[in-house]
Amino acid sequence: MPELKIEVIPEGTVIDHIPAGKWLKVIEILGLTKPNGGTLLIASNVPSKKLGRKDIVKVEGRYLSEEEVNKITLIAPSATVNIVKDYKITEKFRVGIPEEIFDILRCPNPNCISNREYVKSRFHVVSKEPLKLRCHYCERTIEGDEIPGNL
Amino acid sequence: MDWTGRDVVSIREFSKDDIEFVLKVAERLEGELSKKGSLDYARGKILATLFFEPSTRTRLSFESAMHRLGGSVIGFSSAASTSVKKGESLADTIKTVEQYSDIIVIRHPSEGAARLAAEVAEIPVINAGDGSNQHPTQTLLDLYTIKRAFGSIDGLTIGLLGDLKYGRTVHSLAEALAFYDVELHLISPELLRMPKHIVEELREKGVKVHETTDLEGTIPELNVLYVTRIQRERFPDEEEYLKVKGSYQVNQTILKNAKDGLKIMHPLPRVDEIHPEVDKSEHALYFRQVFSGVPVRMALLGLTLGVL
Ligand SMILES: [Zn+2]
Repeated sequence: MPELKIEVIPEGTVIDHIPAGKWLKVIEILGLTKPNGGTLLIASNVPSKKLGRKDIVKVEGRYLSEEEVNKITLIAPSATVNIVKDYKITEKFRVGIPEEIFDILRCPNPNCISNREYVKSRFHVVSKEPLKLRCHYCERTIEGDEIPGNL
Repeated sequence: MDWTGRDVVSIREFSKDDIEFVLKVAERLEGELSKKGSLDYARGKILATLFFEPSTRTRLSFESAMHRLGGSVIGFSSAASTSVKKGESLADTIKTVEQYSDIIVIRHPSEGAARLAAEVAEIPVINAGDGSNQHPTQTLLDLYTIKRAFGSIDGLTIGLLGDLKYGRTVHSLAEALAFYDVELHLISPELLRMPKHIVEELREKGVKVHETTDLEGTIPELNVLYVTRIQRERFPDEEEYLKVKGSYQVNQTILKNAKDGLKIMHPLPRVDEIHPEVDKSEHALYFRQVFSGVPVRMALLGLTLGVL
């Protein structure tokens, strides 16, 4: 794949097929903007057959857990994740949107019981395209920019 | 249908069959009650009414329903008098109360509280209002009232009047009515129109929906007029509020052109959106609606307790 040729990393995670312009949000959500977050290689506005333009984020020396991947899913549902070990892709997965999203997203409704009691947040996916979620507790729906805003 | 142990949290979880089932059981219980005076299905059972915010009429309706079923009631009517005030979590309150009771009815100012209570409790939980979210027994008693008055909900033309933007009662009712073959007139000031996504959902489900600001012109079309209050704080200025308030008051003048059988409903309490002169007319159904709360809640209590 020519697109993955860009600077192969020895160890780490390559997040591919991020919608163009979303790379900054991706690294923010993953907490990679901190000085000790490890080396990042970022490619933005890369031509893509699937997306037209896309962003790629490479994280050296860090393997993303599934929970972290879920967080990305919410703003970059098209993303694919490659785990690289010793210059080789050892694992590759396409992140889909689950039916339910647990403990990742905060409910934007301040009066929701999930913000007032010790409760793990829970959302049902009402629609995947465009992404629309319904809070399991207060039943309000959340969509668009509200989703990444509450990660 | 066996409903033993089922929670009643959101009307969203009700199918049309579920609704019809509850209405049928309620009608049966209403009949038995009027014959026998009191019933004993729930003898030995205890209902806990946990009202974290006051709502006297809802609480009395549930308590009356439980007593009519032969059961007994414990509970509190405001959070001020409980350990909640000392900072106890909702989960702890529920786990404590369920040691004393067989079923819980909860009203709480936070949206989602009843859902959380239902997840924590082993015994059935019935939602009597969670913030601005759900109040499923109100919706069911509204449907029951219509069904008892007309014999059937199908074929009716129903007007929903007032604050259709923020009113949880009218949202739930409209969504439940979408199960039936009805025509809806949504009558509200421009500022307080029914949210677009609900209107779209209703149309997708095949309901013929008309949106209008004109009450007087719509009244002749209606079999049912469901009135809700318009609150002052929804308006930027007093003048606009008074104008709207005046044009949406239901009184004998505006009812001149109504169908003979028009029935007027209101979740109560009312302020001045229905003139008291209407109370004695054939149109007034709102006190009957209050009465309907009892058989409907009896049905839900009895079914979820598994004693019917
Ligand atoms: Zn919520």
